[in-house]
Amino acid sequence: MLEAIHDAKLVWLYGGVLFLLLISTLIGRILKSRHRADASRTTIDNLNARIRAWWKMSAIFAAAVVIGHVGSLILFGIISFLAMREYMTLVPTRRGDHRTLFWSFFVIMPLQYYLVGMQWYILFAIMIPVLACIFIPPSIAIAGDTEHFLERASKIQFGIMVCVYSLSHAPALLLLKIPGFEGHDARLLLYLVIVDQMSDVLQYVWGKLIGKHKIAWRVSPNKTWEGFVGGVVSATALGTALWWVTPFTPLQSAGMSLMICILGFNGGLVMSAIKRDIGIKDFGVVIEGRGGILDRIDSLCFAAPIFFHLVRYYFVP
Amino acid sequence: MSNSIHPIASLLAAVARGISGVQVQWAGCEPDERQRIYFANHSSHLDFVVLWSALPSEIRAKTRPIAAKDYWEATPVRRYLTQNVFHAVFLERVSPNKAKSSEESHFIGRHLIEEMAHALGAENSLILFPEGTRGTGEKVGPFRSGLYHLALRRPDVELVPAYLENLNRILPKGEFLPVPMLSLLTFGKPLQIEPEEDKDTFLERARESVSSLRRIGSA
Repeated sequence: MLEAIHDAKLVWLYGGVLFLLLISTLIGRILKSRHRADASRTTIDNLNARIRAWWKMSAIFAAAVVIGHVGSLILFGIISFLAMREYMTLVPTRRGDHRTLFWSFFVIMPLQYYLVGMQWYILFAIMIPVLACIFIPPSIAIAGDTEHFLERASKIQFGIMVCVYSLSHAPALLLLKIPGFEGHDARLLLYLVIVDQMSDVLQYVWGKLIGKHKIAWRVSPNKTWEGFVGGVVSATALGTALWWVTPFTPLQSAGMSLMICILGFNGGLVMSAIKRDIGIKDFGVVIEGRGGILDRIDSLCFAAPIFFHLVRYYFVP
Repeated sequence: MSNSIHPIASLLAAVARGISGVQVQWAGCEPDERQRIYFANHSSHLDFVVLWSALPSEIRAKTRPIAAKDYWEATPVRRYLTQNVFHAVFLERVSPNKAKSSEESHFIGRHLIEEMAHALGAENSLILFPEGTRGTGEKVGPFRSGLYHLALRRPDVELVPAYLENLNRILPKGEFLPVPMLSLLTFGKPLQIEPEEDKDTFLERARESVSSLRRIGSA
């Protein structure tokens, strides 16, 4: 408890985040006063809304890290809950899925975070991909509705894999015992989140500035090659420059950041494809004002497990 | 009947709001202390509590649900909740084919309308589910005639349609445990019986006014 405050590098890292937030808020204000009424107004409003959300996210995140491991676990548990709530609301389910969904929300999800918290690595690693994924199809079948059976089972399995299992690897970083890095594991979690979120933001900014060639316009009209390359290169540069908060050398840090950025991009792409598939425009009303959490963390869901396992494989003896 | 809100009612309203993550939209009117009959589609036990919790507390204190006597008086817990906690108006459900004769069903029907009119009194509002029973949530079923007769009996009371969306997925009929998905509640434009409008036309129009508030395409 409160050990985080005494970690000078962590404080510097937070200082940096605060500085970035202040700068972006200032830029947001200036843009808003310059473009009072034209077509770019929506983009600027959108940008300012994002900045406000980052302030909130950073504050909550800081509080959780200061409280310690339990704080981070609870925070990510809540994020998982909200993300899965959005996902299950958007994805069509049937009456026969009700009890399986209940188990997913109230048993499987808390259990997963509990296992992370008690550092039971092997059970944490197989809980959802092995146990839950075997449990879900029969628990749907027993309700007796065979219509779209395979689809329904897969939808729930995918949702719980992404929203719960994958995301739980982010706070699981806190339980890795890296020699010479004891007590600093919060920095590793923060590193992952900063590189991942900055990659999202920088891809968005580069895309807005110079984006022309669409990567997969059917899936996401906002994703361009220019945005992708610009975002990945600049976020990787940022991650490399943050090597001093991690157990990595600068070169290792560059590799890790690059991987986080590319996986994060894939996460965003997959979630966009799902939204197109289920017709997000119709469901947009549900999410508006209430969430959009899945939109923020989709990249993290894809980057976290692989980052966790790379660190575990190479840095934990 | 007292017009204070029972603490359990406030607690249940808060829990229902939390579980259903309901997003409320006043699309056709604003919250108002005038006497109203809120009528909505029915697909879940959460329907009433969620609708009730969406009203500002001073309106909430004067808004009572209509509860089917056969179901809500069947166990002590149900009776306590409806009678003491939510000050419900108990009504017997009459379906025309169960009654022995058309005169008898007519008689019971008039009696029920009088009870509802009495429950409205000088300052109360009511929450009514005119389908009479919980449906699957896919479409709004035909309305029973109570709404029409009550509207004739009390033309001074405003009729406000409301649509509850996705609650059938949160707590469907026959399930005891909820799944915390997100839901929507939309209040529509108040409607009135037109001069010379017959019962069936009005009921169909009322049904349409509820189902047209649906914001998400059928899933």
